[in-house]
Amino acid sequence: MDGAPAPAAQAVPAERDAIIRVRGLVNRFGTQTVHDGLDLDVMRGEVLGIVGGSGTGKSVLLRTITGLNRPAEGSIEVFGQDVLRVSAEERTEIEKRWGVLFQDGALFSSLTVAQNIMAPMREHLKLPQRLMDALAAMKVTLVGLPSFAGAKFPSELSGGMRKRAGLARALSLEPEIVFLDEPTAGLDPIGAAAFDELIRQLQQSLGLTVFMVTHDLDSLHAICDRIAVLAEKKVLVTGTMADMMEVDHPWVREYFHGPRARAAQGG
Amino acid sequence: MSGAQTDLTLEDTRDGAVLRFAGRLVVAGLAPLERAAAAVKARPGPIALDLSRVEALDTAGAWLLITLRDRLTAEGAQVTIEGTGPAEASLIETVEKALAKIEPAPPAPSGFLNWVAGVGEGVAGAWASFLDLLAFLGVTLARTAGLLVRPWRMRAAPLVHHMQEVGFNAFPIVFLMSFLIGIVLGFQGASQLQQFGAEVFVVTLIAVSLLRELGILLTAIIVAGRSGSAFAASIGSMKIREEIDAMRTLGLDPIEVLVVPRTLALLIMLPVLGFIANMAGLLGGGLMAWIELGVSPGMFVTRLYDTTGVWQLAIGMIKAPFFAIIIAVVGCWQGMLVGGSAESVGQRTTAAVVMAIFAVIIIDAVFSIFFSEMGL
Ligand SMILES: Nc1ncnc2c1ncn2[C@@H]1O[C@H](COP(=O)(O)OP(=O)(O)O)[C@@H](O)[C@H]1O
Ligand SMILES: [Mg+2]
Repeated sequence: MDGAPAPAAQAVPAERDAIIRVRGLVNRFGTQTVHDGLDLDVMRGEVLGIVGGSGTGKSVLLRTITGLNRPAEGSIEVFGQDVLRVSAEERTEIEKRWGVLFQDGALFSSLTVAQNIMAPMREHLKLPQRLMDALAAMKVTLVGLPSFAGAKFPSELSGGMRKRAGLARALSLEPEIVFLDEPTAGLDPIGAAAFDELIRQLQQSLGLTVFMVTHDLDSLHAICDRIAVLAEKKVLVTGTMADMMEVDHPWVREYFHGPRARAAQGG
Repeated sequence: MSGAQTDLTLEDTRDGAVLRFAGRLVVAGLAPLERAAAAVKARPGPIALDLSRVEALDTAGAWLLITLRDRLTAEGAQVTIEGTGPAEASLIETVEKALAKIEPAPPAPSGFLNWVAGVGEGVAGAWASFLDLLAFLGVTLARTAGLLVRPWRMRAAPLVHHMQEVGFNAFPIVFLMSFLIGIVLGFQGASQLQQFGAEVFVVTLIAVSLLRELGILLTAIIVAGRSGSAFAASIGSMKIREEIDAMRTLGLDPIEVLVVPRTLALLIMLPVLGFIANMAGLLGGGLMAWIELGVSPGMFVTRLYDTTGVWQLAIGMIKAPFFAIIIAVVGCWQGMLVGGSAESVGQRTTAAVVMAIFAVIIIDAVFSIFFSEMGL
C-alpha cells in the first residue's frame, strides 16, 4: 500500500474517478435476498479486495457487475456506462475491456491452454495465427506457467496451474479491469505470493484496475489498496487495511484481529 | 480499444538511428505495427527505440519491442529502449522475463510415421478396450450376483428410480413404435399374401416375426438409445466432477453404487418393455389384418393360438436379459471412461449408443443361428 506508482492508486476516492459504480443493488434468489441496497465504488487503477463470510454474495456481486447475473434492482456503471441498459454491441465493447478469472478457472476443457488464451483474440482481434501463437506463448510464461503447459489440456493441469491459465486468458485482450474470484485459493503459499506479486506488477505497469474477491489475508496486506467488507447484505465498510483495524463490527473485528490476521501482519 | 493508431518512424541523428513509436502500442493495433517493424533493417551502430511519445503500452506492445530489439541485435546493431517511465520499464522487464522462459516446442513427427503409429495404436487400443469391457462386465456381474445373494445390501431407492427412468418412462415410445411396426407388417404381409390367396397366414407372419425377433430387438435398440446414452452421460459428468473419485475415497464402490442399480433396473424392465412391444405389435398387426383382409379379431386370436406356440414368445423374451446387460454395461463403462473435457462426455455417450446397438444386433444374430441350428 505504499509507493505504488500506479496512476490514481493512492488518490482519495472521488466520485469522478470511479471506474465501477454500483448503486442500490438488490439481488434475490427465490425468497433469499443476497444483496439489499448495496453501494460500491471501484476507483481507476486500484486493487480493491472484497472480503466477507462464505455465502455473503461476493461471487454473486462479481457476476452481477460482469453481467452474468441480472439484479432485481439497482444500477451499475462501468467506464461511465450503465451496463444494465446498453445495447448488445456496446456491451461487447465493454466486455472486451475487462477480463474475468472465475473461481475454478472455467477454462474451455476441449481446448489447450494456448488455444484458451487465443480464443478471445480470435473472436475480437484480427491477428495472424503466427502472432497469436507468439502472444499466447508469452502469456503462458508471463503468468508463471512452464512453457510446455501451453500445449496441455486443462484436465492435465493441477488446480493452481489452471488458475494461472485462467488469468492468462483473462489478460488475453489486455483488459483495463480484471475481476478475480479467489485467485490465490488453492495455491501453495509461495505460489500465492508469486501470484500476488504478478497481479501487483501487472496492475502497476498496465494501470489495471483489479476487483479481487479473496479470503487471503496475505493478499489483502500485500496488494490491496482498499478493502470492501460484504456483510449484512451490503458493503458494510470500505477503506485501507489501517481503516479496517479501527472498525467496530463483530465480524470485521474477528476477521482483521483474529490469529490469522495477526500472523499475516507479522509476516 | 478501437482506432488504436501507432506511428513508427525511423530518424537518423548524429548519434545513430532512432525508431520513434508514437500513440498506443497495444494489442488492438499489433498486426500492422508488426509488419512495419518487420520492415526495419538493422544497420551497424546504435539504434534507439524511443517510447517517449507512447501513450499506452501493454504486454503485446512490450512483446513487439523486445522481439524487434532482439532481432536487430542478432543482426548486428546495438539496440536500446529509451524514453520509458518506471511503469513501462517494469512491464518490459516482466515480459522479457516471460519470453526468456519460453522453450522451443519439440518438432512434430513426420506425417507418414505419425499415420502408421496411429493405425498401430488404434488396433492395439481397440483390443485393449475390448478386454477392458470384458473385465468391466465380469466385475459388474460378480457384484450383481453378490447383491442377489445378499439382497439386504441392495439400494432400493436408486433401483426403483432407475426402473422408473428406463422402464415406465419408456412405455409410451415403445408401445407406439411397436404398434406402428405391427401395422406395417400387417399391411405389407397382406398385400403380398393376397396374391396367393393365403390371407390367413398373415397372422403367422406377424406373430412369428414380431415375437421371435422384432419386438424385443427394436425395444432393445430404443432402450440403447434412450438409457445407454443416459447412463454414459450421467456417470461421465460425475467422473468429470471427481464424484467417482470422491466415492472411492469414502469407501463406496462405484460399480455397486452406480452400475449395479442401473443394470438390475434394465434387467427387470427390458423384458417388461419387450412384452409390451410384442402385445402392441400384435394389436397393430391384428387391426391391419382386420381392416385390410377382414380377419376378425376372434379369428386372429384363434389362428395365433393354433399356429404360433408359446415357444415363439419365449425365444424372443429369452434374449431380453442379454440385451439388458450389454446395454447397461456398455453405457456405464463408457461413462467411466470419460476423462477431462466436457467434449469427452459427448464422445463417450455417442460411443455407448453405437456400441450397444451393435452388440445387441450381434447377440441377436448369434441367437438366431443358435435357435435355427437347434431346429426351434
Ligand atoms: N444461481 C443461484 N441460484 C440460487 N442461489 C444462489 C445462486 N448463486 C448464488 N446463490 C446464493 O447466493 C449466496 C451467495 O453466494 P456466493 O456469492 O457464491 O457466495 P460467496 O460470497 O461465498 O462467493 C449463497 O447463499 C448462494 O446459495
Ligand atoms: Mg464465491
